[in-house]
Amino acid sequence: MAERRRLRPRGFDDLGLKRALGDRMLPALVAAMAFLAALSIAGAIAAASLGRHWQEGATAALTVQVPRRDADAGRVERVLAALRGTPGIAEAHALDDRELADLLRPWLGTDQQSLALPIPAVIEVRLTGTGPDLAALAGRLESAAPGVLVQSHGLWVDRLTTLARSLQACAALVLLVVAAVAAAVVTVATRTGLVARRDAIEIIHGLGATDGYIAGRFAGRASRLAGIGGAVGAAIALPFLIALATIAAPFLNGTTEAATVSADPPAAALAASFDVIASVPAAVWLAAPALPLFAWAIGYATAQLTVRRWLRRLP
Amino acid sequence: MVRLDGVALRYGPAAGGRGRAWPEVLQDISFAIDDGAFRWMLGPSGAGKTSLLRLLHLAIRPSRGRLTILGEDINSADRGTLPGLRRRIGMVFQDFRLLPHLSAFDNVALPLRIDGRPEGQIHADASEMLRWVGLLDKLRARPAQLSGGEQQRVAIARAVIARPDLLLADEPTGNLDETQAERLMRLLKELNRLGTTVIVATHNDSLVARHPGPAIRLARGRLVGDG
Repeated sequence: MAERRRLRPRGFDDLGLKRALGDRMLPALVAAMAFLAALSIAGAIAAASLGRHWQEGATAALTVQVPRRDADAGRVERVLAALRGTPGIAEAHALDDRELADLLRPWLGTDQQSLALPIPAVIEVRLTGTGPDLAALAGRLESAAPGVLVQSHGLWVDRLTTLARSLQACAALVLLVVAAVAAAVVTVATRTGLVARRDAIEIIHGLGATDGYIAGRFAGRASRLAGIGGAVGAAIALPFLIALATIAAPFLNGTTEAATVSADPPAAALAASFDVIASVPAAVWLAAPALPLFAWAIGYATAQLTVRRWLRRLP
Repeated sequence: MVRLDGVALRYGPAAGGRGRAWPEVLQDISFAIDDGAFRWMLGPSGAGKTSLLRLLHLAIRPSRGRLTILGEDINSADRGTLPGLRRRIGMVFQDFRLLPHLSAFDNVALPLRIDGRPEGQIHADASEMLRWVGLLDKLRARPAQLSGGEQQRVAIARAVIARPDLLLADEPTGNLDETQAERLMRLLKELNRLGTTVIVATHNDSLVARHPGPAIRLARGRLVGDG
């Protein structure tokens, strides 16, 4: 049995593809492609998460402006009462002078009183579920206090959604280009291997090998190298993905900030590590191991097609 | 089992393709060889013996005429059926055509591996074939480590290991001394006696004289004698 193993070593290479399809250039190029693909996937996932997060935040709120009129001091209270009695509204909170000043400081500076601008009262409204019928609500508030302005955040939601979808579309396009380039790399490597092993192929073809047999040999080698390249690229990309997820985490849930507050530094570091890992979207953890599989599949399919097409020139 | 009717062969662009048409290297070849027969293929260098053997080995298709091999009409045969036919044909090439990166054992075992035989059977048969051609002690040697005669014997072992129905040999004694050539001829005759159709191309007149038999004679791409 041992003698038999020595006579036919594992990975019997009748076409000499270990030399014809070298184990450096193809995996290195596929690794670069996999790295770019991982970043694209991370970008798409981040855009989707941020878009969803912004959408949830924006659709859950309304702003109501109540122009102040000295002759009618109870306007804000009437509007608040109307809001609080409306189904779909969780909370209505009238900003006090300090909150209003904080809100306007970026535009009007700290000395807002000296400007003597007629600043309306502002009510922040938090919604539940799909919220109320905005047109009906605006009508009721107008009755309660004429001149009231109801501002839905829908316009921002639409813009943010469009932005997020555009980013996702760009990422998908990059993924397609990366996959096409990876396929082109495998095609060139396979054609080089075909030229280098033309004599061996013709001998094996003459001994009765089918197209499937020869293409299978090439596809096995190319897919293995592409899979290795995909794994290396995904592994290199992982620290970058975690770093990006860490940067994006405060925009999504603020977990990394919370983790730094601890009396025990080692425990804090451990908790921070867990939080960083937890902050990486699950889709990224699924996509990272899928990359080598995709690279393997691209290598296999491309080599099969390339070799079968080339073999058609033989009778 | 082997029948040619007005077969011609032209290399270069296929009929109707672009480019200048090359001259025909074989013209109007017609003969038939029954199952289990032995034929010499004789003629001077350039007569078309190798081209005719390549046609019979299904390495090329005829430009015109009708070719039937092992009962299959090659002109109309689907490309997918040809590998199965090739596995029933053994070929000993003038230049051996061994795979340089494989050992003698792996070269001999190749037809069985292509045929998907179990590894146990491959090991037994390939070892037996190498013992038969006197190279059991060199089964791990690469072709570059073997002499011309030894490479020829490896090529012969590879050609016959799958017990082909048709065995073609192109100048098989070209690299052998007289003793080895005689041994090879005994081997070919033995295979023929066991039912394999054997066609041997040579211009070794003394070999033919020692083993007289029916012959296909070619000259300048034409059949000039059969029988």
